[in-house]
Amino acid sequence: MEWVNAVIQGILLGGLYALFAAGLSLIFGVMRLVNIAHGDLIVLAAYIALTIATTLGLNPFLALLIVIPVMAGLGYGLQRMVLNQTLGDDILPPLLVTFGLSIIIQNGLLVLYTADPQKLSAGPIEVASLTIAPNLTLGVLPILMFAVAVAVIAGLQWVFYRSALGRAFRAVSDNQDVAQLMGLNKAHIFGLAMALSLAVVGIAGVFLGIRTSFDPTIGSGRLIFGFEAVIIGGLGNLWGTLAGGVILGVAQAIGAQINPGWQVLAGHIVFLVVLAIRPRGLFPRIEQ
Amino acid sequence: MHEPLLSIEGLSASYGDFQALFGIDLTVNEGEVIAIIGANGAGKTTLMRAICGLVKRQATRAEFGGMPIIGLRPDMIAKSGIAMVPEGRQLFRSLSVEENLVIGAQASRKGPWTLEKIYTMFPVLKERRLTPATALSGGQQQMVAIGRALMSNPELLLFDEISLGLAPIIINAIYEQLPALVGGEMSAIIVEQDVARAVSVSDRVYCLQEGRVSLEGASGDVSRDAISKAYFGV
Repeated sequence: MEWVNAVIQGILLGGLYALFAAGLSLIFGVMRLVNIAHGDLIVLAAYIALTIATTLGLNPFLALLIVIPVMAGLGYGLQRMVLNQTLGDDILPPLLVTFGLSIIIQNGLLVLYTADPQKLSAGPIEVASLTIAPNLTLGVLPILMFAVAVAVIAGLQWVFYRSALGRAFRAVSDNQDVAQLMGLNKAHIFGLAMALSLAVVGIAGVFLGIRTSFDPTIGSGRLIFGFEAVIIGGLGNLWGTLAGGVILGVAQAIGAQINPGWQVLAGHIVFLVVLAIRPRGLFPRIEQ
Repeated sequence: MHEPLLSIEGLSASYGDFQALFGIDLTVNEGEVIAIIGANGAGKTTLMRAICGLVKRQATRAEFGGMPIIGLRPDMIAKSGIAMVPEGRQLFRSLSVEENLVIGAQASRKGPWTLEKIYTMFPVLKERRLTPATALSGGQQQMVAIGRALMSNPELLLFDEISLGLAPIIINAIYEQLPALVGGEMSAIIVEQDVARAVSVSDRVYCLQEGRVSLEGASGDVSRDAISKAYFGV
């Protein structure tokens, strides 16, 4: 039963990793931009939620109503003013600029909030649990986190494949020149993609902050989990990203069950094994 | 006299350090079909891309419908009423046939062309509307590319080598449709390797050689001799 429990906890944790990864996957898919600052933006979102929660006395879940639009607006501005200038045939400039951005965010947060660990307090829901079977009790928060992850992925999937915006995303991703000939403003479409990515980052940041304590330096670790989930699942496949997050979560939970020190290591090992056997991930998008 | 629809004077364009066009003068009148011929590398495709704003270009004057187009982004030029059927079709591969057509209407210009109209003209596209566009045969893909350009209801339609890589019978079928598309309200510029065909479908013809206009004249008046001289520069 201990093992079943570990696996289920791992699956639910995978939802959080999928939330870390979804935004990363989205902007890579649309504009081939690898956002090194993604993890730090998650942490930034957690701090914004913290500030809102403490100054307005709001529950962090209610703070989402402010955090999501703030992050989306930040994403749009960042893309239009900074990142669009770095995009081109060369893949290096966006990497360098987002790396710089990562350092700026980390140090900015250190100045503003110090290095003290912080936590978002969501109230009684944090300790609420459901007893599914004898000896099998699941926290309400992890279940909620997983459900939100599934909803977010389903929502992104709908936007991508069923809406006019998604059609524009895919067109720009396929062929930027011809997409512009269709009257699509590339800079604006990229801005919207980053806005959507950071809206998801806002959700991820709030769940991160409720689940564990955070400080300004933990962003790069979340970035790695996000990357691993994307690559395990297969680039450009959103449901694959959810599967990748779940696989990573389960690997970590099993590792921790064997030996608490092995939690993170087990995740990395599974990632490396997938990369070695299926370099394009388990569920790559089918290419024509 | 009526103002020309498109009038370009002294158009130059370059890719980085490589200059591909040198002082091109070109006019297109309303309802006119212009053919552009020239050897490979003469700058035909670059000229199309320069009109659409996809390459860096300068001009002493470039107006479309009385509005300057140098300095406009490609999407703004598209919205002003210029559409292109690009060389090699370049359909969006992650979009279905229908999505490729619908995205053509993104420029949201009013006009006669609708999805239904396109399907009436190319019924096979309706049958295959949910298929990924790049899963179609070459000829059908060309129909999608033409339909996609028409969906924006352009005033000027650029055809860049629409016969490239297609079987002769398909090329004939596509050119048979052409009079139904252009003339009347819509003008066209056709880039075509097949000189005889280019001359026969157009009102006027321009020949490019090494980035310059080497011949310009009414299609009925230019002799084969003059064309081959302008074509090869001998």
